[in-house]
Amino acid sequence: MKGKTKTVSVDYLARVEGEGSLYIKVKGDQVVDVKFRIFEPPRFFEAFLRNRKYYEVPDITARICGICPIAHQMSSVHALEMAFGVKVDDGIRELRRLIYCGEWIESHALHAFLLHAPDFLGYEDAIRMAKDHPDVVNKALFVKKLGNKLVTLLGGREVHPVSVCVGGFYKVPTKRQLDAVKDELRQGMEVARELLEWSAKLKFPKFEQEYEFVSLRHQNEYPMNEGRIVSNKGLDIDVSEYDEYFVEEQVPHSNALHSYIKGRGAYFVGPLARINLNSDKLHDITKETLKDIGFRIPCKNPFMSIIARCAETLYSFEEAIRIIEDYKEPPRPRVDYEVRAGIGYGCTEAPRGILYHRYEVASDGTILSAKIVPPTAQNQKRIEEDLRSMAPEVLKLPPKQAVWRFEQAIRNYDPCISCATHFLKLEVERS
Amino acid sequence: MMKDGRPKLAVFKFSSCDGCQLSILNLEDELLEIGQRVTIAYFLEASRATVDGPYDVGLVEGSISTPHEKELIKDIRRRCRTLIAIGACATAGGIQALRNWKDVKEFIGVVYAKPEYIETLEKATPVSEHVKVDFELRGCPVNKYQILEVLTAFLAGRKPDIPSYSVCVECKRKGTVCVVVSRGMACLGPVTQAGCGAICPSYGRGCYGCFGPMESPNVESLAERFLQLGVSRRDAALMFKGFTGWAEPFRKAGEVLEG
Repeated sequence: MKGKTKTVSVDYLARVEGEGSLYIKVKGDQVVDVKFRIFEPPRFFEAFLRNRKYYEVPDITARICGICPIAHQMSSVHALEMAFGVKVDDGIRELRRLIYCGEWIESHALHAFLLHAPDFLGYEDAIRMAKDHPDVVNKALFVKKLGNKLVTLLGGREVHPVSVCVGGFYKVPTKRQLDAVKDELRQGMEVARELLEWSAKLKFPKFEQEYEFVSLRHQNEYPMNEGRIVSNKGLDIDVSEYDEYFVEEQVPHSNALHSYIKGRGAYFVGPLARINLNSDKLHDITKETLKDIGFRIPCKNPFMSIIARCAETLYSFEEAIRIIEDYKEPPRPRVDYEVRAGIGYGCTEAPRGILYHRYEVASDGTILSAKIVPPTAQNQKRIEEDLRSMAPEVLKLPPKQAVWRFEQAIRNYDPCISCATHFLKLEVERS
Repeated sequence: MMKDGRPKLAVFKFSSCDGCQLSILNLEDELLEIGQRVTIAYFLEASRATVDGPYDVGLVEGSISTPHEKELIKDIRRRCRTLIAIGACATAGGIQALRNWKDVKEFIGVVYAKPEYIETLEKATPVSEHVKVDFELRGCPVNKYQILEVLTAFLAGRKPDIPSYSVCVECKRKGTVCVVVSRGMACLGPVTQAGCGAICPSYGRGCYGCFGPMESPNVESLAERFLQLGVSRRDAALMFKGFTGWAEPFRKAGEVLEG
């Protein structure tokens, strides 16, 4: 073996959103090359947004990703509202959190149980897993359906909802409409708590790294739409300073741009980063359940992202119920504003991590330029570094298991490749 | 067909957002039963296990936008007895077809610092422009119950019950007051195929055409109405040049308005 080259490759990575592949080359004990390739076709959103009208942006950017359309709608409307100097009513602010809770629930339940949990238990997919574990899969589907129900209640449909606009919503729900789902959400919360407990009993590969975790942080609440961008290594900046601290670079093997922090390198965004940086802002039931299952902050094992995802699912139910209980219909579905020339920055917490949008707008509301940095592009470099670090150990496993472990490690980040450009391919070259 | 007699279903992704195949996973109440009735032979978003073709039914999401995709769709056609295009991208080119009016090389330069690494076609086009398609299911995204209907119909060997009338019919059925008549809003409902359930008008906004043109749409007349309502020619053109803007009637309307 010594000195010989071997490679592992997966051409099309499954159970991820979009098209990607993995390539690992090893010489002797040395990992020579790791490429997490994104070959999702480029779709050029930033180019064709130019010369469109500002009010089309939330509908157009939703189409970047079918799993997290709300995230793109939220980042875009916050950016445009900043450009126009709009301040929304409190009720609208709350409803935006509520629809985000719906998206976090559906997206997290989808990823944690339909896409990621089968890895831990050795199933090819959730349908096969359901034969032996019908209870947990049915619970996950129940929870996921409630997330979709919330999105549909506020937005008209689960994928590419239609109600979010600059200044608020096209239509807001009545108090009675929201009250009508409260009992179901309470049931969902109980089931989400059981799923969180279940997730903690999975067997986690031993693997820890000294990550730079990056997320939003808000003084009063667990971050979704607002806050400063912070990290565990001292970063603390306003959203408008994003471009001064984060850089995107193009690499030959990927249609997604790689992000890094200037002078520091790769960083980690998503549920594990958020919970490590904001666990004090969780609600009581989530905090208590995390304590009961012995989850310790900071958690540096990316395989435990599934626990963070389940915890945020539970939190989203608690938060949704709180919002509905406190809800007072806003005086108008959207606030009035004047369109003006300017630049706006928006950064919100998509299910997979911070999602940055920046727009330059002309005085008649025409988009002059757009920049969109999705969480998967930000995690891409971090994913490659994880694979590189774990490769020497993982490659001791039998080849099939090794490939599977690498795939599982990529899924820790719930890569959304449509956003980052879409599907993973794993290649480990061995000769 | 598998040895156990269950038909083989395959789901393929081209240039798209994943939202249409996600609509299958959003059938939470039916998903496990679908998994029992058919063999999910190829559905990478859901499973790492794959079964070789030929497949009884292939669902294709996404438009054809790269040289690789252009070859791949031909191969997939050969491996699927029935091929169904799902969603606005696969049936009309989708939002990424907005490049079709522009110079794609310039677009690459806007997004990527090193254009030489990027492989793409000049135009993003529907599946039917490349291979024969047995059925086209509209929507951005598709309606998940329509997917279920189409699958059930093809597996039962009957014609899917998918209406081709306009969104207006759905508004009338729902009792939604017309946003054009009552609020003077521009709405693509009169020329757009039904299927979504007329969501936008019920949220107090005009339809933006995500199910594409209905059968024989009168786009000229509607474009004229938009101008009468005080919409500028440019804004009216943008309405047609949206999620299904490359579909012929909408494409023409947009181009005429832009002059």
